[in-house]
Amino acid sequence: MSIIVNHLYHVYGKDTSRPVKALDDICCEIGDGQFIGLIGHTGSGKSTLIQHLNGLLRATGGEIYYNGRDIYDKDYKLKDLRSKVGLVFQYPEHQLFEITVFKDVCFGPLNQGYSQKEAELRAFHALRMVGFPEELYYRSPFDLSGGQKRRAAIAGVLAMRPEVMILDEPTAGLDPQGRDEILEQISRLHREYKMTTILVSHSMEDVAKYVERLIVMNRGRIVFDGIPREVFRHYEQLEEMGLAAPAVTYVLNDLKKAGLDVDTSGITVDEAADSICKALKSAGKI
Amino acid sequence: MALNEIIRSKDLVCEYITRDEEGNVESIKKAIDGVSIDVKAGDFVAILGHNGSGKSTLAKHLNAILTPTEGTVWIDGKDTSDPENLWSVRQTAGMVFQNPDNQIIGSIVEEDVGFGPENLGVPTDEIWERVDESLSAVKMQEFRSNSPNKLSGGQKQRVAIAGVVAMHPQCIVLDEPTAMLDPNGRKDVIRAVRALNMVEHITIILITHYMEEVIYADKVLVMDSGHLVMQGTPKDIFSQVDTLKSYHLDVPQATLLAEELRKSGLPLSPGILSGEELVKEICQLL
Repeated sequence: MSIIVNHLYHVYGKDTSRPVKALDDICCEIGDGQFIGLIGHTGSGKSTLIQHLNGLLRATGGEIYYNGRDIYDKDYKLKDLRSKVGLVFQYPEHQLFEITVFKDVCFGPLNQGYSQKEAELRAFHALRMVGFPEELYYRSPFDLSGGQKRRAAIAGVLAMRPEVMILDEPTAGLDPQGRDEILEQISRLHREYKMTTILVSHSMEDVAKYVERLIVMNRGRIVFDGIPREVFRHYEQLEEMGLAAPAVTYVLNDLKKAGLDVDTSGITVDEAADSICKALKSAGKI
Repeated sequence: MALNEIIRSKDLVCEYITRDEEGNVESIKKAIDGVSIDVKAGDFVAILGHNGSGKSTLAKHLNAILTPTEGTVWIDGKDTSDPENLWSVRQTAGMVFQNPDNQIIGSIVEEDVGFGPENLGVPTDEIWERVDESLSAVKMQEFRSNSPNKLSGGQKQRVAIAGVVAMHPQCIVLDEPTAMLDPNGRKDVIRAVRALNMVEHITIILITHYMEEVIYADKVLVMDSGHLVMQGTPKDIFSQVDTLKSYHLDVPQATLLAEELRKSGLPLSPGILSGEELVKEICQLL
């Protein structure tokens, strides 16, 4: 079970005077149960890529194999793919439309052809998965706070029981508390249900904390693909692409340049504090 | 009242009243509860707070989108609740919102930026001058003949800011202008905002929940549940890490790391704002 992306190209406005190459020879394999961070500067092609993964956009070149089958085959049903690969768009709460949260979450499974009863069961399950407060199930989605709306919208995708979940900047516009709650929830879903998860993000601090594999895109190409710690070693190149490593990476590297023999691989505050203390101890300064 | 105070509020209260279908009052929520602030002309003031803390409501009072339920707001000495003052208040204080899609009306970038000054009756030659300087202030010159629809969210936001800058207001209120931008876009916007403040001496009110953005401010205000709970220089505010956390604010990684190190016994000064400062302090220990 995996998604294989093979030499994928996408050009917007192919036959116009201003074609834009959004994807340029993308190759990667997304293994089962992985938790992947996808980062890139605005316009790097990350949103274009994820829309290919559930068949919303059709590549202008290359193939995608989902569980070994070419999704561009004539007899491949893209509708099935779309319920297997759940895509949570940026600002998903803009897509809430029903009169109650519960009805909104039922919409997906009903659309998949499940009976009312089965759809409701799935909706209950999905809302519980995202920890949505029970007393708000029958409220209008428009009465909720930003974080709650987003959770309801994520539940709407989960209710379709996808095998792969892709979230396009799920924390954009949320305050720190809302952001931490959503990220915790996503990371818990990944742990408990072993769901393959792709997290598109701008925040290096967030991906450093949660994901196990990091894909970096720039100008329609994949430039780095590896564990976050390894990727952040290239912080200088990341910067050239308009990205940045977590703030602590800079502190560690600057200290190293200033002559402190410190381990620069730390990417979280705790790791950095540890390695600085260790380095100062072995230098005999504390 | 001192002449150089451009913004002043006294005991400002704002209530949001929800009514049922018959128009009876269902609930009253105090979004702002007794806030008094003074902002000197030319200052860079940052307002921090989590979602629902009342910071956006406060911002909307500063150019008379909302008028006080109780108390008074003066912009450049003019009472905002007097309808006679409406236009001059709005010309004094320009506003940039979180979502650029709601602020762009032109079909070409330069036309959108020129819309404001054109509306003010600025002569054509000067409109183009203002468009040029505003677009270069936000580094969007190369997109001047593009359609805003084809821009990314971050690029659109910079166009929206240029649109306000082109109207040459004395004061610009930015309500979470960077919530949707990537690290580079965010840096560019903040750099542009600082330049407006330092070179053009435009008073800046920056509302944000990214604490990294407030380290250059002259003054930081922290809001929580409608009250002004902290105010002071960035250093004063940042040295109270635990208090900030209790208001659900995101403390910068460098500050957190410094705090961790202090807890493990390193003699660092409180209120470290940036990575460079931290590196400098640690180097002094070597």
